[in-house]
Amino acid sequence: MNAIDVRGVAKVFNPGRSNQVEALSGIDLSVESGEFITLIGPSGCGKSTLLRLIASLLSPSAGSVQVNAKPAEQARLDRDYGMAFQTAGLFDWRTVAKNIELPLELMGWSKGDRRRRSAEMLDLVKLGEFAKHHPSELSGGMQQRVAIARALAFSPSLLLMDEPFGALDEMTREHMQDELLRIWGETGTTVVFVTHSIPEAVYLSTRVVVMSPRPGRIAAIINADLGDRTAATRDDTAFFKKVTEVRVALRDVEG
Amino acid sequence: MPNTDAMAEAHDPLVFEHRLKQQAALEQRRDAVMRIVRQTVTFTVFLALLVGLYTGYKAFGQSIDDAQHDWAVIGSVLPRTDDLNMPPVSEIFGQFGETPGGQDQIYARILFGEALFTLREAFAGFLVGLVIGMVIALALAQWRRLEQGLLPYVVASQTVPLIAIAPIIVIWGRKNFDVFPWEWQDWMSVSVIATYLTFFPVAVNGLRGLQSPRPENQELMASYAATWWQALWRLRLPASLPYLFAALKIAATASIVGAIVGEISAGVEGGLGRRILREAFNYTTGPDRLFASVLGAAVLGIFVFLVVTGVERLVVGRHGGGAAT
Ligand SMILES: Nc1ncnc2c1ncn2[C@@H]1O[C@H](COP(=O)(O)OP(=O)(O)O)[C@@H](O)[C@H]1O
Ligand SMILES: [Mg+2]
Repeated sequence: MNAIDVRGVAKVFNPGRSNQVEALSGIDLSVESGEFITLIGPSGCGKSTLLRLIASLLSPSAGSVQVNAKPAEQARLDRDYGMAFQTAGLFDWRTVAKNIELPLELMGWSKGDRRRRSAEMLDLVKLGEFAKHHPSELSGGMQQRVAIARALAFSPSLLLMDEPFGALDEMTREHMQDELLRIWGETGTTVVFVTHSIPEAVYLSTRVVVMSPRPGRIAAIINADLGDRTAATRDDTAFFKKVTEVRVALRDVEG
Repeated sequence: MPNTDAMAEAHDPLVFEHRLKQQAALEQRRDAVMRIVRQTVTFTVFLALLVGLYTGYKAFGQSIDDAQHDWAVIGSVLPRTDDLNMPPVSEIFGQFGETPGGQDQIYARILFGEALFTLREAFAGFLVGLVIGMVIALALAQWRRLEQGLLPYVVASQTVPLIAIAPIIVIWGRKNFDVFPWEWQDWMSVSVIATYLTFFPVAVNGLRGLQSPRPENQELMASYAATWWQALWRLRLPASLPYLFAALKIAATASIVGAIVGEISAGVEGGLGRRILREAFNYTTGPDRLFASVLGAAVLGIFVFLVVTGVERLVVGRHGGGAAT
């Protein structure tokens, strides 16, 4: 069973008005359960729009989005999604632990279960000692880790991330990538990840989806099966070859 | 680079970054204490300056008077410095301890009782205004159309002079407001006037606050399939609190002003408004009492402002609501 099936999807914003935008056109994409997919492409090519269509935060103008063999809307109501954005989006009036417990509260978990789960998740992202801190006391990278813990707290089958590391410095960024891969390996969640960075896309994903603008289309899908990522991967020739392959595909798109 | 050793010690660059932030937070807390001390000192210095200026100007004017000079500015532009126009500070403050004719209580005690009366009117009006303001803010936040249609009227309501509508409300109260299970009292009309001044800042700032969460925060709630109430209660209301408290500080003092003006127009006995009016009539025989009663009203205003600030500290705390990070 595919985790995601996007069939013939188009998205037009403000149809029929002067500010009409054809954001996506003729999108077909299937993602297998447990895959790590990245969406990459020039700014404005519809990456965020595609992610929001999969999340059922937007509805398509044409075509269909199926998630776990049901309409995306149903998947959202069934709480199949965990989401993370470029800004961590933590609620500053809640402690770190309470932020992670937010989705659990909405889903009616008991207080004891929530406590236990947020403690587990904090261990997973290695922030156990910061449970009682407030987000404003944490660094940007730590906030982003809390956001990931929050997204994974209720074990959603899909993790959707829109440039979650975009605002982080390079060192923190690489650190977070390794963290995310470790968590992905431990949880087996399907991940759709939007990024601007070619090395990031190649390092993280099983497949890189290259998109082209005006209107947004899928230009190429590149397999990035480099095996288990280790400290050596980033210096690997196979890694550089893939980076070049994606870069060439992107150059075609922008040219 | 003195930081390199610490950097090497920290296993996790993020945790190291956190330590720096923690230190900054500690310094912030110390700064907060210093700020309170500074504020208190500044306030006291300014009070002393004000008293000094008043007294100095009075002494200056009087010395000219005593020398039989005709100083054109004083009395034409600046106030005359005789005891009728500018009672001495000592006399004004002295009034608080005096017992006015026919009374068995000192003036401060009388003013205190009247301030409580006015405070009750203002507080009742404030609470009702808070509720009405929030309902309007919620409605405007919910329906864009309504915002375009209703907001101009909400704004226009505040341009009508209070002096003009206060008597109307009082007359309406006496003649029309008999739907309530209790008998309509004139002080309730005064509360309505306080409500009138309170609801506006609450509605305007409440709207801003409810709309303050970033789109991602709203999308996050949607991705959890949160209900409207859940999103309101867990995101939009807490996010609006800093905006709301900014409004409540204005509203609290405005409700006191509204109650005082309302008492004067409605002829309601027992509060500070009536007191100030009476002392104004008796100005020639007791100017220091008028000054003292006005001071009393000012103290009441400062008091409610401080109360709201205190409640804000309790509710919003150090970390605040506001922009979710
Ligand atoms: N809510 C919206 N209303 C109108 N136009 C939008 C909206 N969201 C996105 N767009 C437009 O759709 C196009 C794709 O946007 P987006 O998906 O955000 O691109 P990306 O994430 O790849 O940078 C852009 O031209 C953008 O201006
Ligand atoms: Mg985007």
